[in-house]
Amino acid sequence: MNFAFTADQLLFRDTVRDFLAAECTPADVRTLAAGEGRSAARWGKLAELGLTGLTVPEAQGGLGLTLVDLVLIAEEAGRAALPEPLIDQIGIVVPLLARFTHRPEVAAVLEGIAAGTVTVAVGHPADPYVADAADADWLLLGRDDALHLVPRGKVTLTQEVSVDPLRHIAAVAWAPDNTTLLGEGLDDLLDHGALCASAQALGLAQAMVELAADYARTRSQFGKPIGSFQAVKHHLASVQVAIEFAKAPVYKAAFSLAQGLPRAARDIAHGRIAAIDAAAAAARTAIQVFGAMGYTYEVDLHFFMKRAWALAGVWGDRHFHVSRLQHLVLSDDAPTGADATFGPK
Amino acid sequence: MDLTYTPGQQAFRADVRAWMAANVPAHKLKSYDTREGFEEHRAWERTLNEGRYAMITWPEILGGRGANLIEWLIFEEEYYRAGAPGRVNQNGIFLLGPTLMEYGTPEQKARFLPRMAAGEDIWAQGWSEPGAGSDMAAIRTKAVRDGDHYVINGQKTWSTRAAFADWCFGLFRTDPNSERHHGMSFILLPLDTPGITRRPIPQLDGEPGFAELFFDDVRVPVENRLGGEGEGWNIAMATAGFERGLMLRSPARFQETAKRLVTLYRRHQAKVSPAVGEAVLKAWMDAEAYCLNTYMTASRLMAGGKIGQEASLNKIFWSELDRSMHETALSILGARAELLANGVDDPDEATRWLKGFLFSLAGPIYAGTNEIQRNVIAERLLKLPR
Ligand SMILES: Cc1cc2nc3c(=O)[nH]c(=O)nc-3n(C[C@H](O)[C@H](O)[C@H](O)COP(=O)(O)OP(=O)(O)OC[C@H]3O[C@@H](n4cnc5c(N)ncnc54)[C@H](O)[C@@H]3O)c2cc1C
Repeated sequence: MNFAFTADQLLFRDTVRDFLAAECTPADVRTLAAGEGRSAARWGKLAELGLTGLTVPEAQGGLGLTLVDLVLIAEEAGRAALPEPLIDQIGIVVPLLARFTHRPEVAAVLEGIAAGTVTVAVGHPADPYVADAADADWLLLGRDDALHLVPRGKVTLTQEVSVDPLRHIAAVAWAPDNTTLLGEGLDDLLDHGALCASAQALGLAQAMVELAADYARTRSQFGKPIGSFQAVKHHLASVQVAIEFAKAPVYKAAFSLAQGLPRAARDIAHGRIAAIDAAAAAARTAIQVFGAMGYTYEVDLHFFMKRAWALAGVWGDRHFHVSRLQHLVLSDDAPTGADATFGPK
Repeated sequence: MDLTYTPGQQAFRADVRAWMAANVPAHKLKSYDTREGFEEHRAWERTLNEGRYAMITWPEILGGRGANLIEWLIFEEEYYRAGAPGRVNQNGIFLLGPTLMEYGTPEQKARFLPRMAAGEDIWAQGWSEPGAGSDMAAIRTKAVRDGDHYVINGQKTWSTRAAFADWCFGLFRTDPNSERHHGMSFILLPLDTPGITRRPIPQLDGEPGFAELFFDDVRVPVENRLGGEGEGWNIAMATAGFERGLMLRSPARFQETAKRLVTLYRRHQAKVSPAVGEAVLKAWMDAEAYCLNTYMTASRLMAGGKIGQEASLNKIFWSELDRSMHETALSILGARAELLANGVDDPDEATRWLKGFLFSLAGPIYAGTNEIQRNVIAERLLKLPR
């Protein structure tokens, strides 16, 4: 029993944090929001850092790392409100495609992903829209319990507008056929998506608290920084508590899913609810701390809030995971108590 | 990261489970806030010590097992699972114990720790005074040096279990001209020393769970001082860190409450509104989250890390969790929630929830109120101005 990341995992996390702090500043995000929305140059650098191949098996040119490594990186992507679909790709697409590497076309796609030259968008039938579909080479989609890998040319997209100016979403019309069918895995698809959304929510929440704390140190009213007022302090402290206690459930979910444990569904739902709640509280509190400034497009906060709101609705929203978890925890034969926490179920 | 117990850890769990099954008293002990119950609990501490389960993380020479923190968590899980009695000496073993380990002289450790583990000395904590609650630096009780003794005059209050305890540790002003957190020393003294008057204070449930202590020319040998003269504040802060940090409120306690809550909900599900289900689920999630967070902290400490200001996050979380779990239980019990003892199908269970609810209201107050903890988080972790 060791509930800790390795020194290497933490070092890699720090490297990514530093990279994004320099290469994906709120100002960069703002510039992209007004233009293309995606930076090809940054994507190239992410590939150089090995990030696009983080979870790709070594045989396909990746680093062969697991969801436990990924979860920290996803948190950082959230913290920076990274616009490019890195996390969807290495946290959802790759782990699922990696089950089908015996199929040469899948292995080739994975190689392309690791190299940063191929992109695959991903959607779950429960969600009406797919993110980053227009720019993708392939789409990983579900239908009737099965996963399909569909070339971009075989789908019809109807572009929609998200509250988050950096989310490019589209409704996808497509028809499954023998060439697109991969195999089973729809539940896993949802769980991977939920995990990635949760980890990003943790980072987004922390970023919002930090933005608000920075502002509270500098904005003065009544002759003092507003951060010296206890109401402001206590609101932010409460959010920090919520973030702190959402982390371990998300990390545990990453471990359980990586190991394919039967308890993964329960852990994913717990992490998802805790992370959604923490991010929602962070958004609601941060805008309050910013006052009218927070209500403007000019302050960067809204990019983070909007990402958090958008991610709260996909890969199973709060209600979905609450009813799922109620079934797994409250039903008569469900295991409860301390010795069930790390038990297989 | 490896979230599976090793065979050694599983074997340890099995040992503890078997020992608890053989040794936990079959009848429920009386409340340790009564004289009789206090002594029953002392006897239980002796039994634990005989099994070398009183403080498993302590070195063997002091009656422990040199167990690591993961083993301690497993022990606690089995302890609560077995429904074992509350720890009457928690101020000693969880708060003073670790403080002595860090700041005590070898003589002090040998003198106090084994007796503490054996339940020979049951400890009370003396920080608060009528004028010094949240503002602990306002302490005024004086300990004036007179040769190789201190002479103590003043008053402490809200001292848990001081009505029946044997010893007390506390913070006293040894420099009469000092202000705020300077000039205080950490002193240990037997509560039967001449000049001490104890006035038990009944708590919400009517039992004397804490007491006022009056000091009238109380003479205490200088060797009872822990750490240097005038260094009391920093040592007290370390003790308070232990209180908010890891040991005092092990996650197993809350997981056991959550389990009872889930069971209660299952039993009454047909009668309560579906909205209650979400509150029960929230209780379960938060108890789990507290457990997972503690396993993370334990793993970090075992790798050489230290507990810092995040102890304040902890304290807020467990105390508010405990309160909301009990509120939810009472809402399931409905009209029967007010029953203190009899007249229901399962009187013990209803009363237990009610008493637990009353006690849960103290959690956000003691060990530094949650408002103070939120100040700490804002100022130290988030760097907001004072
Ligand atoms: C069950 C129980 C057991 C206890 N056991 C012990 C014990 O064994 N030994 C011991 O020494 N003490 C003990 N205490 C006392 C406890 O430490 C104090 O109650 C606590 O420190 C708060 O002090 P106070 O009660 O004087 O409240 P006050 O300090 O008067 O506070 C009253 C209210 O004002 C708020 N407040 C005060 N200052 C601030 C501030 N700066 N910012 C925001 N809000 C503020 C508080 O949060 C609280 O809500 C115990 C208390 C309880 C309830």
